[in-house]
Amino acid sequence: MSSQALVEIRDVNFAYDNRPILKGINMTFPRGKLIAIMGLSGCGKTTILRHISGVLKPTRGYVKVDGQVMHELSQDNLYRMRRKMGMLFQFGALFTDMTVYDNVAFQMREHTDLPEDIIRDLVMMKLHAVGLYGTQDLMPAELSGGMARRVALARTVALDPMLIMYDEPFAGLDPISLTVVGNLIRRLNNALGATSVLVTHDVQESLKVVDYVYFVSNGAIIAEGTADEIRASDEAFVRQFVHGEMDGPIPFHYPDGDYNKDLNLRA
Amino acid sequence: MPVIKNLRSIGHRTVNAVWRLGFATRFFLMTLFYSGPSFRRFHLTIREMFFTGVMSLIIILVAGTFVGMVLGLQGYETLKRYGSESALGSLVALSLVRELGPVLAALLFASRAGSAMTAEIGLMKATEQISAMEIMAVNPIARVVAPRFWAGVISMPLLSALFSALGVFGGYVVGVVMIGVDEGSFWSQMQAAVDFQHDIMNGVIKSVVFGVAVTVISLFEGYDAPPTAEGVSGATTRTVVESSLAILILDFILTAFMFRGD
Repeated sequence: MSSQALVEIRDVNFAYDNRPILKGINMTFPRGKLIAIMGLSGCGKTTILRHISGVLKPTRGYVKVDGQVMHELSQDNLYRMRRKMGMLFQFGALFTDMTVYDNVAFQMREHTDLPEDIIRDLVMMKLHAVGLYGTQDLMPAELSGGMARRVALARTVALDPMLIMYDEPFAGLDPISLTVVGNLIRRLNNALGATSVLVTHDVQESLKVVDYVYFVSNGAIIAEGTADEIRASDEAFVRQFVHGEMDGPIPFHYPDGDYNKDLNLRA
Repeated sequence: MPVIKNLRSIGHRTVNAVWRLGFATRFFLMTLFYSGPSFRRFHLTIREMFFTGVMSLIIILVAGTFVGMVLGLQGYETLKRYGSESALGSLVALSLVRELGPVLAALLFASRAGSAMTAEIGLMKATEQISAMEIMAVNPIARVVAPRFWAGVISMPLLSALFSALGVFGGYVVGVVMIGVDEGSFWSQMQAAVDFQHDIMNGVIKSVVFGVAVTVISLFEGYDAPPTAEGVSGATTRTVVESSLAILILDFILTAFMFRGD
């Protein structure tokens, strides 16, 4: 991995109520790259994003973004850093009381003194970039799931962030929207020269667009590599995950209780 | 042991209640601290005043009119026994501006606008809109909570005044137009009995206090709601119950201070 890292995660541990979520996570995201963090639901992927954005503080270790340790920043400096970041939430998190236009213009109005006619031009450019020019007067409730995700993407890149985080951007999308959103993520990353982090469990779609992959299981990294390396991996967890196999180290049953004993059956 | 279990449950609820009270106080102080944008960008507050104040107008006006009409009827029946029908105007007006206007308008405001604020903020939280704002480096207390707080605090006395005004009109319709109380004595007795400083201003102070209480409870319950359908539903119910109790308890305390020895 390149030494010109935008994000460095070093020995990050985190626990909720003494329940460990992250256990000694180490990651490096070089500038300009699109990195995926994959793993099962509840394995700690989103928690890693929350550490990168400074929402959560690690119990041990640190996350550095652009040379700054996130959990040591003051509230003002944290907000200053977040202005250089964008995050696409799982279901878009569009502001439901605002039109598409106002959603995309939101950060421009909050963080800049740009006149309204320039904001208008920028909003139209962002909407055009995600293929939704003409939807500016619609309300979020009038959009399909895929369209809402693309509007949220336009809002995420409204201020041309240096770091873009995507939290399950493919969840609940039809196959066409899936490909459209996947390609958009890659194109926007290249066009903006940004660094992107993609948290997902959609293996096939993300392997088409990402540069590097981290596999997380039970709060620890168990495999990493380029998309080709991951596809060719012999590691049992990766193989089961990538190929969606029933048999493997990931159990189907919840690891608790004795079913046979519960039903008074002999083992 | 059921006794220990019950004791533990009582202890847990007490500790939880103290925690929530502390959170609510901190939330209120943070709302005041981050109120700057609500005034610098006053259009945000005006927009919320439309949703909390203007949209509550119908229920406030209709309720005010009918409460005034009931006061006119009941007041006339009682005053007639003592031959004091001419005092109907002062009875209706004093009842409204001192007590019924602020209290009933606040109760209606809590059930109409307060519950809507809780549900809106609770759903914003459940759909990650609040989190999205934080990640965009926009403080949700300053952007979402404070404008709604000030909209509620400004709207409440205005709604209360309208409630009282329509109540007086309702009392006039029943007392003067329908029953036939002398119009001159109705208005003159009212004018003589109602003191601007003592009655009207104290009523305004009450409605401002109720406005603060109702909006803080509504906003806090929404902000603190678990991000689930059940959580938002429970928070909305708590808003109406807690606001109603807070209004009635505060009304007693304020009345004891304002009108003691009248």
